[in-house]
Amino acid sequence: MDWMPVIIFIAFVGAVLGMSFYFARKARSAAGYYAAGGNIHWSVNGIAFAGDYLSAASFLGICGMIATAGYDGFLYSIGYLAGWIVALFVVAEPMKRLGKYTFTDALDARFNSKGIQLAAAISTLVVSIFYLIPQMVGAGVLVTPLLGLPHAVGVIMVGGIVIIIVATAGMTSTTYVQFIKGGLLVVFSTIVVVAVLVRGLTTEPDQGGKVPFHKYATVLATEADGALVPEDPAWQVQGTKDVAGLTLVRATRDGRDYWFKKSVKDGKTILDECQYQSVGTEGETIINGAPASPENPLRQVGNLESVEGRKGSEAATGSVGPFDFLAKIGSPDTLVKTWKMVKFEDQGRKLTLYAPSYTSGQKILKPGQKFKVEGTPLERLDFISLMLALFLGTAALPHILIRYYTVATPAAARKSTIVAIAAIGFFYILTLFMGLGAMTSAVVNPADNNMSAPLLARSFGTLLFAVISAIAFATVLGTVSGLIVAASGAVAHDLMDRFMGLGMTDRSKVMAGKIAAFAVGIVAIILGILFQGVNVTFLVGLAFAVAASANLPSILMLLFWKKTTAKGIVASILVGIVVSIGIILFSPDLYELYGRQRSEAPIPFANPGLFSIPASFLTLVVVSLMTQKSGNAGSNPGGHVE
Amino acid sequence: MLHEPAARQGHDPASRYKTRLGVWMFLVYALIYAGFVGINLLWPSAMGSTVLMGLNLAVVYGFGLIVIALILAVIYNSACVKEEKRLEGGRGGEG
Repeated sequence: MDWMPVIIFIAFVGAVLGMSFYFARKARSAAGYYAAGGNIHWSVNGIAFAGDYLSAASFLGICGMIATAGYDGFLYSIGYLAGWIVALFVVAEPMKRLGKYTFTDALDARFNSKGIQLAAAISTLVVSIFYLIPQMVGAGVLVTPLLGLPHAVGVIMVGGIVIIIVATAGMTSTTYVQFIKGGLLVVFSTIVVVAVLVRGLTTEPDQGGKVPFHKYATVLATEADGALVPEDPAWQVQGTKDVAGLTLVRATRDGRDYWFKKSVKDGKTILDECQYQSVGTEGETIINGAPASPENPLRQVGNLESVEGRKGSEAATGSVGPFDFLAKIGSPDTLVKTWKMVKFEDQGRKLTLYAPSYTSGQKILKPGQKFKVEGTPLERLDFISLMLALFLGTAALPHILIRYYTVATPAAARKSTIVAIAAIGFFYILTLFMGLGAMTSAVVNPADNNMSAPLLARSFGTLLFAVISAIAFATVLGTVSGLIVAASGAVAHDLMDRFMGLGMTDRSKVMAGKIAAFAVGIVAIILGILFQGVNVTFLVGLAFAVAASANLPSILMLLFWKKTTAKGIVASILVGIVVSIGIILFSPDLYELYGRQRSEAPIPFANPGLFSIPASFLTLVVVSLMTQKSGNAGSNPGGHVE
Repeated sequence: MLHEPAARQGHDPASRYKTRLGVWMFLVYALIYAGFVGINLLWPSAMGSTVLMGLNLAVVYGFGLIVIALILAVIYNSACVKEEKRLEGGRGGEG
């Protein structure tokens, strides 16, 4: 084991925990615990916003998705950043004026409604838990290459550390963990991007000379009377299989099993070597024809087949500028090799196969690889739905909204949002370079693209990998801390103190928050283990959809429509939750996760926002109009507290 | 009993101006964002066409959405600060 990453990791975690114990004495009141006393400077709060928001989804998930699907991963960067415009222009100052510790406070400020307290608290818990899952999955993903520990151990470690952070000093320590992590993430991501640009592009990436570039076999074959015969007699075809639109060929050479993808080009039959993992009934695992072992893992993948039409040594660009880097990758004459995963059974063994695929750079650098913008009407609706949810979701995330209560004034809330936009926007631009850097540097783990950014850093040396991994781990810590503060506030402050009317003292409210943080942390650990292997950005995209559907209609209508009633808000929140989660649970992506066929899913799209957000708005309007006589209507649009 | 904010906020005479400005600027950005989504759906081939310094429209528009967000945010803040200072008693300069 390489000890440098371990030492840096332990030092980092030690510093974070030390800071939490230091701040513990400041968190003895409810205001201290839930809102860091409301006295955080706006510039610190702005970077802490970035630290809170730039979660595992942004760093691990987006880079991983760009590394495998190109520009489509960057769509998340665009949508996540655009959402801050809604937060700044519409939500920031009114939220600060109306709220105290939680998002529920703000919604309920003019109504004092038990229904709102209950519905908004449930919504906070649901959104926070949806958002927690990908963070915990990201934690598990990180510790395997970093510390050599199983996924579940990583999830438990993060859960344990975060519970300590939140239970000792609540929002104060959470704020400074997020501040430090946000700053480090932007600085070190910049360093990685500079390193990518200095190294430039090549068709035979070798991770700085550390890992020789593997040349996969390409075998020409002829077909006669239905039989496939390789031109090189050293290969013997054993059989073919049609899976997921691919024709796969099993062949042997020197007694070793290989799999190929068959294609026909210019009248020639071509077999391209695949990677595969095969698991037998006893659990024995074969990788690429040999027993799995630390010396025989799945090879890291991702490279350019040609750069602007050039191959081999002619293709090496040397150092390139940022625009030139993108222009060369996006050229119609550049060919990118990516890998498609398919699963099937063969001869009683379960196979996961990674088949090579060649795509022009022009297609890689525009939408369409993952989101079919030129596909069927349903696929197009799915794309609109995703972009809508990303745009509207940010301003409805409870763990982001509570950060407005850690500053002193509405103006400070506004200014900290602008600092956040600057830091987050800059980072998201870097994600495109990191993702494409991974895609072209043969560093992508074909079985799990979430580690693409740290593995890209490792290709520049162990020190950078160690620091980036520690920051990635801190990324998870920072976001999970914020989510657990939000969730514990929902339980202790919204439900126990306000909804149930337990009349808690300041001290008991803090204690209840700590116990709630522990419970939510345990739930997060369990879910993080269950969802292993799912792309974390995809999961966060769903959390955005739930937040945008359940919370945003209420926030906006409360601020801008004076006929809004408490019952309208309650109905809107509940409809938003039920419709968005209902669509997600019955979507093709989740059916795949259940181990079933995508075509079996009763709902043919994955992103619910396009339907659930309007449904929530409509419900609020209809129910508010029906309940005007109840006298619950607000009379102060704009959220101005006079 | 109504629930009160953590820090008492005084009357902010600039709030109406800020709300109105915020809504307009939101609408401007939403229009630009919708344009991005619309081009992807209605004219997807355009996203691959080179428009600036060898970069295609998808990259330029994507970066543009991020940069424009920051520019609008700075303009919005400047306008808010100016209005808060003009209307004495506003609590804008604080923070």
